Order: sequence, then C-alpha cells, then structure tokens
Amino acid sequence: MRHLIEPEDLTIDEINRLVEVGLDMYNNPKVYNKICDGKILASLFFEPSTRTKFSFDSAMMRLGGNVIGFADASTSSTSKGESLADTIKVMGAYADIIVMRHPKEGAPKLASQYSRLPIINGGDGGHQHPTQTLTDLITIKRFKETVNGHNVAFCGDLKYGRTVHSLIRTLARFGNTKFILISPDELKLPSALKRQLINQYGVELVEVTSMEDVIDDIDILYMTRIQKERFFNEEDYLKLKNSYKLTREKLKNAKPDMIVMHPLPRVNEIGYDVDDDKRAVYFEQAEMGVYVRMALISMMLEVGPYARS
Amino acid sequence: MLEVKGIENGIVIDHIQAGKGLKVFNRLFSATDNSVVLLMNVTSKQLGRKDIIKIENTFDVNMDILGIIDPNITVNIIKNNKLVEKLKAEIPKSLKGGLQCQNPRCITHTDDYAEPEFKLISANGKLEYECSYCEEITVYKL
Ligand SMILES: [Zn+2]
Repeated sequence: MRHLIEPEDLTIDEINRLVEVGLDMYNNPKVYNKICDGKILASLFFEPSTRTKFSFDSAMMRLGGNVIGFADASTSSTSKGESLADTIKVMGAYADIIVMRHPKEGAPKLASQYSRLPIINGGDGGHQHPTQTLTDLITIKRFKETVNGHNVAFCGDLKYGRTVHSLIRTLARFGNTKFILISPDELKLPSALKRQLINQYGVELVEVTSMEDVIDDIDILYMTRIQKERFFNEEDYLKLKNSYKLTREKLKNAKPDMIVMHPLPRVNEIGYDVDDDKRAVYFEQAEMGVYVRMALISMMLEVGPYARS
Repeated sequence: MLEVKGIENGIVIDHIQAGKGLKVFNRLFSATDNSVVLLMNVTSKQLGRKDIIKIENTFDVNMDILGIIDPNITVNIIKNNKLVEKLKAEIPKSLKGGLQCQNPRCITHTDDYAEPEFKLISANGKLEYECSYCEEITVYKL
C-alpha cells in the first residue's frame, strides 16, 4: 500500500504513466467507467475546498465508485475533538481509499502513519498539494505534447504560492533547465528554493519584474493570484496587481501557440477578455485535473490499467 | 576556589560552555527531586571557564538535548564513587522531541499523536533541523 503526500513520492516514470493513463481516460472514458465498481472513496475535507473536493468526487464517480465524507471540519467528528489518528483509523472500515485536505501542515503524513488505507494529500496548509502538480503536468502534456523542452514562465506571487514551488521542482526533476520568473520584488521565489533548483538541478532562472519584457519568449505562462494580505498597504497592492494582470492587449506579443495556465480560482489577474483566446487553457486545466485524479485513484487501488495480473 | 564534594552515585555533566549550565538544567532537570548542584564559571584549563552540573541518583540523561545545547559536553556516570562510564555529547543527526517546530501551522502543535521529529540539515554556525511533518526548517542557535 502506498500514499501520495508530496510529488516526490512518485518517480518520474510513475508520473509519466499517470499522465498517459489520465489522457487515455479523457479520450476513452467509457473504457474506465466501471473499474472502481464497489469501491468507496472517503473524501475528508477538514478545511473547505469545493473545487478540489468536487474534482476528486467526480473522478471517483466517473470510475464507477462511490464517495462518502465531509466538506468542512465543522460537520465532522473532529469538531467534537476527535484526533486525526482516530478519525483515520475508523475510516479504515468504511472506505477503500482516502483523500484528505487539512489546514495543518504535515497532517496527511501523520494520517498515513495510522491508516490502513492509501491516503492522497488534497492539500495541507501552504505545504503540499501533489494532485495540483499532476493536473498541471497532464495539461502541459495535452496541449504541448511533451512535458519537457518548453520555456515556462511563472507570474505573480512566487513567494507564497505552493502550486508554483511544487510545479517548478517537478519540472526540474523532469529535466527542464530554464524558468522565467515574473514577480514584484516583494513576491520573488524564496531563496532556499532557488538555491535547490540551481545546485541540485542546474537550472537557469531568469527573474524579471515585467511581463512585457519576456512575453514573446514564453511557451507556457503560468499565472497566479496576488493576494491583498501579502501587502502592507492597499496602495502597493493596487499598483502591483495591475502590472501582473494578463490582458488581451499583452497577449498580442505572445507566441501563437503559447498556453496560459492558472490553478484557479482567479480574481482579476487574468482579464475576462482573455478567456476567448485559444491560448487560454485554464478551464481545460481544471477539467484535466479530474482525469489525472482518476488515473491516480486507479493506481492506488490497483484497478483497471493498474490491476495486478 | 569554591569546593563542592563529589557524588557517590549519579552523573556529572562537565565541560558545559560557561553560561549554558542553566539552560541544561532548565531543559533536563528542572523537575527532578534529586539533589542537583549547578556550578557556573568554574576555571577550566581547556575552556577558560565552564559550567558543571552534578545530579545525585540519576543515570539517564538525554544526550541529544545536550548535543544541541553544546556538543563539547561530557557526561561522567558515577557509581559507588567510581567513574563507570564517560560519554561525549555530539550534535544529533536526528531528533525526536526536544525541539518545537518553528512553523506555527505545523500539525505537531495541535495533535498529540504527532511527536515532533527532525533531521539535521546543516550544522554550519547554526543548527538547522527539518521537521518530518511540515518539512519547514527549525533553527537551533548554538
Ligand atoms: Zn513542523
């Protein structure tokens, strides 16, 4: 039995296979719609995240399985003071696999130490969210054919955005050697991560503060939200938020086959007028998240393409 | 020089960097019922000045905690007035308990099942330990 707590729990080969299987599930959904017949996913959301929960629930249902769980800790027994370990032990009798989201960092690791079911981390605080990374990878594969060999740029809050940290690290593991980082000085990629990328993977990082300077050179533009709470004053925030906003106007200089990704939800960092541009793939990205989660559930339950012969 | 008699049974924690004796006492022995002597600023050939702690009828001491406070510490175990064992502290490569994770969002602060566990990442001037749960680095200053 295995767990998925962080992307490093999967080898590059395993990630490649998940992406392949996920794409096949997307192209041929009927082949897979019964492979989890009789299986139950416990979806334990100690912190609300509608999008992630629905994505997992939908993935399990599209495989023919069932879902039990809660969407918010106030409706669970933890609100009565039950420890995480006890909740997880009890679940062992009710389900076949667990996905959990928890506000405390390290909670899924703790759960995995007491679980007799495979555990998928659906996000723990600002720590890890491995299925978001898988979602990003399958999206890149679908639209750019290979995961490697593209000029990838990250834009916005690169300091606190765990989605960005996780994807950059994973792309570096895949052998990507260059990243463009677009952010205000206040929200640059943390120096510890930069050091790791440079020392461990020999990556080249190009840091700029303006999107216009680099937009014509980008194959994949990964946008993130800039949160108001990160700034000391409203004025700075308002000033910065607009310079890291993607508009139709800025897209004019971009390559015709560039893709724009975003983990969603967006606030205003991508103008609505960008949605109709064929380069905008963030809604398809959310869609692909369901399929790569289907592949992951199959892998962890050892069913369908992952059945042991 | 101030005279303190030796102990018959117990341990002597020696070569504590001057000023850190109280820290050792607070971390390890503040709750003991046994007799304890804390000597501070004792003249030492090796260190110039050092602190020493002597505790009667105690033989167990957490060497990891001593190691993070000061890796030069030595521990003499005395039984019936005889030195039976001499231990040398060292910076622990891993730590269970003994440190609190610096990350306020870490599960170890709110769940009794999660005992903080750390892996030594760097001992370059300061000790950096990585939490096994949240993977944040906690720095213990030498
Ligand atoms: Zn921690």
